[in-house]
Amino acid sequence: MKLPDLTELALRNLRESVLRNSLTTIGISVGVASLVAMLSLGTGLQQLFSRRLAKSGLFDTVLVSSRRELRGMGREEERSGPTPGESRVLDEPARQEIEHLPNVLEAYPDIRFITELRYEDKPHLTMISALPSSAKSNDAFDTMQGSFFSSDTAPEVILQKSFAEELLGRTPPLGAPEPNVAELAKPLLGKELTMLYNQRAAAPSPTPPLHTNEATSADSSIVGAAYSVISREQKLRIVGISDLDVESMRGPMRAKVFLPLRLAQGLHVMQPADLREISHAASDQPVYSSISLRVKNPTQVQAVEDAVKKMGFTAFSILDASRSVQQVFRVLYAFLGIFGSLALAVASIGIVNTLVMAILERRREIGIMKAIGASDGDVKLLFFAEAGAMGILGGIVGVVLGWAIGQIINFGTNLWLKSQSLPQEHFWAVPWWLVFFAIGFAFLVSLISGLYPAGRAARLDPVQALRYE
Amino acid sequence: MTTAPAISAPPGSVAIRSEQLCRHYRMGETLIRAVDGVSLEVHAGEFVALLGSSGSGKSSMLNLIAGLDRPTSGTVVVQDRDLAKLSREELAKYRLHVVGMVFQSFNLIPSMTLAENVELPLRFAEVERSRRDSLVHEALDRVGLRARKDHRPSELSGGEQQRAALARALINRPRLLLADEPTGNLDSHTGTEIMDLVREFNQQLGMTVVMVTHERALAERYARRMIFLADGKLVDQSLNGPASAQSGTPGGQP
Repeated sequence: MKLPDLTELALRNLRESVLRNSLTTIGISVGVASLVAMLSLGTGLQQLFSRRLAKSGLFDTVLVSSRRELRGMGREEERSGPTPGESRVLDEPARQEIEHLPNVLEAYPDIRFITELRYEDKPHLTMISALPSSAKSNDAFDTMQGSFFSSDTAPEVILQKSFAEELLGRTPPLGAPEPNVAELAKPLLGKELTMLYNQRAAAPSPTPPLHTNEATSADSSIVGAAYSVISREQKLRIVGISDLDVESMRGPMRAKVFLPLRLAQGLHVMQPADLREISHAASDQPVYSSISLRVKNPTQVQAVEDAVKKMGFTAFSILDASRSVQQVFRVLYAFLGIFGSLALAVASIGIVNTLVMAILERRREIGIMKAIGASDGDVKLLFFAEAGAMGILGGIVGVVLGWAIGQIINFGTNLWLKSQSLPQEHFWAVPWWLVFFAIGFAFLVSLISGLYPAGRAARLDPVQALRYE
Repeated sequence: MTTAPAISAPPGSVAIRSEQLCRHYRMGETLIRAVDGVSLEVHAGEFVALLGSSGSGKSSMLNLIAGLDRPTSGTVVVQDRDLAKLSREELAKYRLHVVGMVFQSFNLIPSMTLAENVELPLRFAEVERSRRDSLVHEALDRVGLRARKDHRPSELSGGEQQRAALARALINRPRLLLADEPTGNLDSHTGTEIMDLVREFNQQLGMTVVMVTHERALAERYARRMIFLADGKLVDQSLNGPASAQSGTPGGQP
């Protein structure tokens, strides 16, 4: 029998005992709904978590450094790949190459240095770090006072609150309550700082860097080096005070003062790594001690890390942490999936029951069909089609039902969150793959449930079946 | 292979031949010999009645010829097919294309309209949809039921149901019409109508007809030859003059 005929006859048969078949289909729907609800809860929670992780900037960041840097540092054993001696230099072309790797959002050099900042003519020695403009979305700045850098090259600065305290000369005694950021910000925002730093310049003719207020340029070049070092000053406006605890931060965030990345790059500040690179620096191209790269999604960290390693660099990320988080989600997923499938398993027994009943009821009909020329295969396919149709119908209704349940719970929870004045969250997601998976799974389960009844119907002896009243 | 018009069967050729055909089955401790060593020949285009009291094995014999049942031993060859050697699939094809069946209880599918019932064998035969409507109309026209094609069997009289069943048996142009007590549930007037139709199929379409009945009068009136069964054995055969003359088919000698 051809598929259109099969479908037509199957649907007609389903309509014939509409109540029983509807109940069975509702059973499947409930099963699918529970599966969809469970898995979309899992997906939603995972997405929520991923969003949080991505915002923290910890799990989507890979730190790249040249293998030369590792020599003798004992931080990480060298595995395969080129020996440190012959590995590549982490310079601007390398940075661009890394930035063009698939799934890499951006790759920026880590610029961090200790230098002197003057505020109201008082010197303060501190760690300064450069941040890319993408750091704006980092949840570390959710609670900051003032604003983020107006542009990537603006002569602006953001201070950690502990440094703000230092500038204001209010070093609180140990164990004192946390100072109020807003209070610290008031006298500081909009004020100017002067940064004194050492500029690295290519030996023959040092080019004046961007946005630099040419000041005391007492040339103190190192004789014989590939470049010279010039002392310079840079005026910076305080635009923001961050409410962060320095000790809790990692990577480029672990500093007390932040500069916009492009500004910092333009300054060509002398960094500790420069000294070590002297022998390799053939040109005035900047050579980076390390590069931070951001990946589109924490799940792609591993792939990107591998690609970077293939290029001959060392890559490091907090992947292990995110891996274990993924592991937790996989377990949660499996657990929710099994739990959700239970109802579907019960529903599948319903299908078997309904079809076996249908065989008893339609015994004579099966006999007639066989007598007028239906093959075993025709009869089998007909019962299969009925099971499959119930599966697909139940699957579709179930997905809608599951989605609705999710929406209701999401809505209810958000009402509660609101009443507790907590931020609202979307922790329920029905992705497209789940829709198709759920319907497909219901279809498959129905077909499997139809196996036994269909086989039984096909094997029915026509003479006996025709005798049956 | 078998959708060709039935008329092509050469007169005198053997349509059905059984040799020492047996169908035994167990019912508890007892062995029932429903058909017990029947050897017979039915010629193409012949109209044969199988007569006997209930339990004589005539219906079992018909089921064996129809390919609904398999013999315990012996052979039954229909249109050059040894039915015992056919696979289940081949047997289904045989029933679909070579045999048309009508039953005492009509056996229409109650949830389907007449047209749908008649169309059903065409679905199994995978006849194209575009051709089906005209075939169904043609078959219903032949039995005079076109006007009632959208009715369900329960809305029709017994005679109309049996006519619909005849239309269904006809739809795939089989060479063989097997009728199991076709008038058993009908009054005599309606029964005559049905039997006239069966005779029409036999004479105009050249279909070989094997009819099971316990009404001797009916058999004498319509069949060319009567075969008597008792206890699963062939006990007697006789020819009916006038019917044979009308059908114009030779053969059928006992």
